[in-house]
Amino acid sequence: MNDTLMADNIVEQAAAWRAGGRRVALATVVATWGSSPRPVGSQMAVDEAGAMAGSVSGGCIEGAVAHEAAKTMKDGEPRLLSFGISNEMAWEVGLACGGQVQVYIEAVE
Amino acid sequence: MKRDILDRLLAAKAAATPVALVTDLSSGLQTLVFEDTMHGAFGLEADVRDEVRRRIRQDRSGLLTDPQDEDGFRLFVHVHNPAMRLLIVGAVHIAQALAPVAALTGYDVTVIDPRGAFATEARFPGVKLNHLWPDEALAELKPDMRTAVVTLTHDPKLDDPALIAALRSPAFYVGALGSKRTHALRLDRLRDEGLTEPEVKRIRGPVGLSIGATTPAEIAISIMGQITCVRRGENHPC
Repeated sequence: MNDTLMADNIVEQAAAWRAGGRRVALATVVATWGSSPRPVGSQMAVDEAGAMAGSVSGGCIEGAVAHEAAKTMKDGEPRLLSFGISNEMAWEVGLACGGQVQVYIEAVE
Repeated sequence: MKRDILDRLLAAKAAATPVALVTDLSSGLQTLVFEDTMHGAFGLEADVRDEVRRRIRQDRSGLLTDPQDEDGFRLFVHVHNPAMRLLIVGAVHIAQALAPVAALTGYDVTVIDPRGAFATEARFPGVKLNHLWPDEALAELKPDMRTAVVTLTHDPKLDDPALIAALRSPAFYVGALGSKRTHALRLDRLRDEGLTEPEVKRIRGPVGLSIGATTPAEIAISIMGQITCVRRGENHPC
């Protein structure tokens, strides 16, 4: 069974990747408004090759978060991202989840 | 996340110790708050510390802002509590489906059955097995507010002692497999054992959401759906 499907073990996944010598960033949902698909505390780990474990939305913003995570892996600086996803905007930016979400990205040292 | 914080967080999670990781979103600095100690890059005022510990007990991650200064520090409190538990009484066919469904949902599962032929590693690979009599097993495992108990044996000798122990515990969900008729007879026996009406009313029986489930896997899904509804679905009928 895929362990990352089970609740709340993305930190373990990030640590395992880091222990394997890869650069890793951890993204965490710190606030939500409206009908955002994943609750506060949801996490996604990203490694330097772009491998992802977990999620911070229903698949709408993971790509953008992984892109920002790559920057954090390079410069070590944490990032706080806000995604406001209105239904009107959804087609333009390819985000269809609805709601708003704030995601914190940090490097795992 | 600093290596030291990561190591301590992983150790706490492995030991099933409740902990909150507090991140200052302005600086990226982090501190771990436990029930009795703190460790990390910054200290917290007593009232903030108390609030973080309240959040741990409520299992509620989220932002924490200074009520005196909304533009001041912005802290994110990430609560890491041990997994919810599911205690399944009866190592029967439905339990073989319910155990993996519950594990997938994030529950720490234990299957209780004193009958050696049922509770075997071959039938329940990788699942915790307890061979004590159900009331003794529950006395040992101490169901708390983060524990669900489901009885599946159909045998009053096994189910009833488990239900009595579960109903006298703070378990957030108590369910019992059996038809409406079986369940009515069960409630009569439990009343005879001295359980009160509010106590016996806590039992979800016949167990599970009414979705027409027939096979063991479908029944497992209906049970897990009901447990999820009781836990999360504040305004939903379960």
